[in-house]
Amino acid sequence: MNYPDTALVADTQLPALQVVIPLLSAPLCALARNRRAAYAITLLASWSALVIAVLLLLRVHAHGTISYALGGWAPPWGIEYRIDYLNAFVLVLLSSIGAIVAAYAPASVDSEIPRDRQPLFYCAYMLCLTGVLGIAATGDAFNVFVFLEVAALSSYILISLGKSRKALNAAYQYLVMGTIGSTFILIGIGFLYMMTGTLNMVDLAERLAPVRTTRPVLTAFAFFTVGVSIKMALFPLHLWLPNAYTRAPSVVTAFIASTGTKVAVYIMIRFIFTVYGVQFAFASTPVAAALISLSLLGIFFASTAAIFQRNVKRMLAYSSIAQIGYMVLGISFVSVNGLTGGIVHLFNHALMKGALFLAVGCVMLRMKRTKLEEFRGLGYRMPVTMFAFTIAGLSMIGVPMTVGFVSKWYLILAALEKGWWPVAALILLSSLLAVVYIWRVIEVAYFQKPPEDAPPVTEAPLSMLIPLCVLTAATIYFGIFTGATAGIAHRAAEMLMAGGVH
Amino acid sequence: MSAQTAMVIAPLVPLAGALAVSLLGRWPNVREAISLITGAALFFVVVTLVPVIGAGVRPAARIVEIFPGVPFAFDLEPLGMLFALVASGLWIVTTLYSIGYMRGHHEENQTRFYACFAVAIAAAISAAFSGNLLTLFISYEVLTLSTYPLVTHHGTEEAKRAGRVYLGILFSTSICFLLFAILWTWHLTGTLDFRPGGILAGKADPTTLGVLLALFAFGTGKAALMPFHRWLPAAMVAPTPVSALLHAVAVVKTGVFTVMKIVIYIFGIDLLSASAMNEWLIYAACFTILVASFVAMTKDNLKARLAYSTISQLSYIVLGAALATKSSIIGGSMHIAMHAVGKITLFFCAGAIFVASHKKNISEMRGIGRAMPFTMSAFLLASLSVIGLPPMGGMWSKWFLGLGAVEAKEWIPLAVLMISSLLNIAYLVPVGVQAFFRPPDGSAPDTGLHEAPILCVVPLCITALGCIALFFYAGQIHDFLAPLAMP
Repeated sequence: MNYPDTALVADTQLPALQVVIPLLSAPLCALARNRRAAYAITLLASWSALVIAVLLLLRVHAHGTISYALGGWAPPWGIEYRIDYLNAFVLVLLSSIGAIVAAYAPASVDSEIPRDRQPLFYCAYMLCLTGVLGIAATGDAFNVFVFLEVAALSSYILISLGKSRKALNAAYQYLVMGTIGSTFILIGIGFLYMMTGTLNMVDLAERLAPVRTTRPVLTAFAFFTVGVSIKMALFPLHLWLPNAYTRAPSVVTAFIASTGTKVAVYIMIRFIFTVYGVQFAFASTPVAAALISLSLLGIFFASTAAIFQRNVKRMLAYSSIAQIGYMVLGISFVSVNGLTGGIVHLFNHALMKGALFLAVGCVMLRMKRTKLEEFRGLGYRMPVTMFAFTIAGLSMIGVPMTVGFVSKWYLILAALEKGWWPVAALILLSSLLAVVYIWRVIEVAYFQKPPEDAPPVTEAPLSMLIPLCVLTAATIYFGIFTGATAGIAHRAAEMLMAGGVH
Repeated sequence: MSAQTAMVIAPLVPLAGALAVSLLGRWPNVREAISLITGAALFFVVVTLVPVIGAGVRPAARIVEIFPGVPFAFDLEPLGMLFALVASGLWIVTTLYSIGYMRGHHEENQTRFYACFAVAIAAAISAAFSGNLLTLFISYEVLTLSTYPLVTHHGTEEAKRAGRVYLGILFSTSICFLLFAILWTWHLTGTLDFRPGGILAGKADPTTLGVLLALFAFGTGKAALMPFHRWLPAAMVAPTPVSALLHAVAVVKTGVFTVMKIVIYIFGIDLLSASAMNEWLIYAACFTILVASFVAMTKDNLKARLAYSTISQLSYIVLGAALATKSSIIGGSMHIAMHAVGKITLFFCAGAIFVASHKKNISEMRGIGRAMPFTMSAFLLASLSVIGLPPMGGMWSKWFLGLGAVEAKEWIPLAVLMISSLLNIAYLVPVGVQAFFRPPDGSAPDTGLHEAPILCVVPLCITALGCIALFFYAGQIHDFLAPLAMP
């Protein structure tokens, strides 16, 4: 097998370290048996992962795609880690969320998880980070499945750590749905292996060409698409998500909401554009029509559902389902601008939803609950937290100079290019639903007085506020300076549209 | 300081002021001093730009490239210059007035008030200087958001409801129509820059132009074209200085400024009048002028009456844009200044009356002219200007608007302008007249009634005299604006 870009194989071990460092730190956390030591390991490992991800992105920017042969076994026989613009960008996103949430964690974890279980929590957290980073880094289809399971199993543990007994129920629900999703993906990958005899994505793309229209390949595509849609909680396969997000500890919700579903969207992009190819996926299957209608339905259904939630965490969970719709919509436009919008929204939504869940975590720390009533008067009692919530909320709405606006800009542009006027109008209309559900919280926080007997509430500790403010500032920074996000997303989109193999 | 530097610094001045105000809010005197100094500094910077623009120079600056080919950019021309001059000049006067009003009225959260006010002015200046539609849109939305805490200042249930209407209408129109129109324009032309003569010529068929114009005109909710006008009366729950500067000058004028700017620099006057797609907008504006005037007559609450009067007057400017002739463009643009000075005086008077007597309704204001001679004289003078009678500035803008209607051979708008003036007389003059010539009702006259604090009265006298001064300076304004009508 002749790889045109073998000359560019990075002579460093960065792609492997990206996954190995968090992987090794996980058992260390468990062995540490001391929550402070476990926290120190987590912090160190997650920030190292961020540094590596940034280095990888810079390297891709300077030298082009990196191909790394794991254990020295040359692809396509060995496992290949293959870093291009798309996954380098996703890796930076995942590891920065991992690092910021880790920095935020201790105070919140102390209040929500018993002390003796905290080392195990950090262990599961690092495993989950390993999983999502591995999914993004690998260029091997089966390896994707392995890491998907690592991420999924650890997230079942993380969710079940929630305070109330309902968390167990939510984790079980997620376990069932998640396993169905993983199994479908595995079946899809198995069929592909059966037809081609290879698992390397680049190799798959080449060998699939002659057998594209055969029934097993089509079946594989169907299984795969449905499986991934469960994982990303695409409407109407979203049922596991609201409970899981609501019941999980605050830190877990913030982490999973910003990484778990995002990485599923990444897998969908990777398989559709790189493995199957644009031609096959959109010309010979009705997947585009299905995805467009489901994503639009999902946007409206979930945004409307968000409006009626009494629990702010659950409201944000429904909002996440709606936002997945925007990403999938971006993919199904099958154009450079649409894909740019989808990829950049993947990044942008992680920032703003991460910030929102971190803010809710601060409220949880002080109020012990996250019902809407708890927010009464918080605008004056926890001013920094609520200000951050407001800014991130404005970004959800898509106000200019926030990241939400950048995503909408590209999505609507893509709709207009295609001449899909109603879709453009629907995207705009859906922003108004976000106004309604975000403003409900803001009105309660700033206009209602706390009850007379409410205990005095102070602002959350600095260790939580600083990560929150960093994410919030990022939602504004990347809303003004879009070169780093939309610029890279645009390059990635061009690459994917050109066949996805470079 | 080069013109380019001055232009970039101008919006930063009030932003810096807002920061300083928030940090030093603990000391009211320092805070108010900073507000005044910021206002003076901004006005100074803006004034230094006037001779440059007058000489025909068009300074431009790209600040940051937000999307490829669509930067956040400033590009100054006479219309924006006039708007910035009006907004920054009146801000100083309003700050003086605010100090008197907010202290006289013992309002709470004054630091937030002054900080948001400064941000709103920064947004208005940035809108005035904007070099493309995206910059204008960003400034427009920042203005909406920064004025929301001002509208809901009192934090009551009523304020909350008003805030919903305010944000609901301004957000939904701007997101659903204005943003849509902007993206559509980008899709059609590949640029969003404001260019003399417009950018749409040859890029769109007449039907598309008509739809785009509708999206732009209704999308600019701040222009308060009916049926998207309800936010303006709702915003009147705000403290009076907010109603005065923001909802008679900065916010609403940003709206009509947007419409005017789009007609001149995106459509181009020639394209618009040639396509005949402006016809419906002429009638929509006429409809709003008349209906809002009629509604104003039914309002007994003085601020509500003034709000509907503003809706009606704003449509004069939209009408000027829609007629798309040389004189109507100049008349409409001039009206931005003329109406601003007149209407801010009226609001100042309403606030002064409220501070001195706690009266909100016109029917209760009989006879108060004797106790508050300065306030009510200013009210009468400003009424004359809003009506459009000499020797008041308001006369000239109506004159050119009428001329524009004649140029376009549109007789209905001309008639509407005349009728509207009569209606203005009917709803504004009685307020001043009965304050002076009708005895107070009830047997016991208000013995304790006297003028509002000096800081309230001086600003309104200044602006009332400004109405007269504008009568004599209209020629200069006309010459200054003349390049707008050049193709």
